[in-house]
Amino acid sequence: MAAKAVKIEYKKRSDGRSWEELRPIEAKTGIVPRADGSASFKIGHTLAYAAVYGPRDLHPKFMQNPETGILRCRYNMMPFSGHGERVRPGTSRRSQEISMLMSKALLPVLDLKDYPNSVVDVFVELPETDAGTRCAGISAAAMALADAGLAMKDLVVSFSMGYYDGQIMCDLSGYEDCDVGVSDIPVAYIPSMDKFSLLQLDGEVPKEDLIKILQLAKKKALDMYKVQQESLKAKYRQGE
Amino acid sequence: MKMTKEHVLKYLTSGTRYDGRKNDEYREVKIEYGVSHAAEGSARVSIGETVVIAGVKMGLEKPYPDTPMQGNLMINAELTPMSSPLFETGPPREQAIELSRVIDRSIRESKAIELTKLCIKEGEQAWSVMVDIVTVNDAGNLFDAAALAAIAALQDTAYPEHDAEGNVNYSKKTKEKLPLAQTPIEVTVLKIGDHIIADPLPEEEEALDARLTVAVNDKNVICAMQKGGDMPLSIDEISAMVDLAMAKAKELRKKLTR
Repeated sequence: MAAKAVKIEYKKRSDGRSWEELRPIEAKTGIVPRADGSASFKIGHTLAYAAVYGPRDLHPKFMQNPETGILRCRYNMMPFSGHGERVRPGTSRRSQEISMLMSKALLPVLDLKDYPNSVVDVFVELPETDAGTRCAGISAAAMALADAGLAMKDLVVSFSMGYYDGQIMCDLSGYEDCDVGVSDIPVAYIPSMDKFSLLQLDGEVPKEDLIKILQLAKKKALDMYKVQQESLKAKYRQGE
Repeated sequence: MKMTKEHVLKYLTSGTRYDGRKNDEYREVKIEYGVSHAAEGSARVSIGETVVIAGVKMGLEKPYPDTPMQGNLMINAELTPMSSPLFETGPPREQAIELSRVIDRSIRESKAIELTKLCIKEGEQAWSVMVDIVTVNDAGNLFDAAALAAIAALQDTAYPEHDAEGNVNYSKKTKEKLPLAQTPIEVTVLKIGDHIIADPLPEEEEALDARLTVAVNDKNVICAMQKGGDMPLSIDEISAMVDLAMAKAKELRKKLTR
């Protein structure tokens, strides 16, 4: 998004957070009992539900892979979830790209070799959005996959980083992303591998600062990781 | 696990349904208002484990030429693949279309929203009210949950700010609420064998012979109906089903706290 000629007030952000501070996070596991696994992930006013079905038979048949199961993600904003006009139901170019990126972000932690010709479906639905929707979707989906009992190497933690005029910041709000025009860098991080499985960038960032951004992202990801783990544990502690 | 019709009937004959309820008993109903700040109004309804969210978006549009003094009401429902393994991605199929149309009729025919009040300038500017219903978890009785979510979301709806040119400022909601003249309540009653039940589970829905959805307005007058299922109904059966629906509608109405 092109930077507009609006300076953000230095020292603090529009919502009063410090530069490194994430918005309040709330994670819940098992929100869709009908699914094999599910979770919700809320960060600020962005809320993502994720539900996992599978491994199950894959149709159409020509997509089946006899060597491994496949992961299929679907990202969908509820029609009333945007801060603006109604979002038309159905897929768009944007939602299709995000769906694909979500699968790529999640696949490295999965091993679907034991499920040939099958599919694991991940459905992400957003009732409320305020920037960082793909990231909240990935964070929720990782928890839902774990809740579904799939063999996983780790969870995936995702949020967006921001950069504006030399200042690095964590977890952009809708205001910062759209109204101010902060460079938006959505990332997904896999702690045990110490690697990133999602990396996008919209805006201008010098190379040296990009490395600093990723280093800070790693550090903050661990905070979010704990929330995901705690939520998963909480469900199973109740013995559900 | 698939339960056969025979099995469902065995439970009904014994007088207790397989989740332990009586035939006319509802599961716990919860309504949460204002669940999405992005929408002009929203609500989340749960009936037992069934969860449905409805949200309202308002837009300023030119009225249709044949109704220059009226705003527009639109009800849409999505049975998401998230909510049940039986729902698939893609455009709404007949089940979702029927659901949204039955709810549309209960709201339209009860005149819950007076469309002329949505008109700002004749033939030029009027509000359109767009209600979207999204299923989160299907544990049976999506009809009643969706109808309740839609009306609760409308109760929660406030107009956004707008200027004279018709630009809407969605980031600012006014204190002015969307006026509702009626709050129609829908109750779906199933007939399985000789049994009449309210608030069905998915296995009971699969075993149904006939289904009757009844909407009643504030004065307890029927304002919309829809029969479903493959078997026909006698007058006596219809009468009994409507009686049960109307009794349950009274209970459901108490859950709306606005």
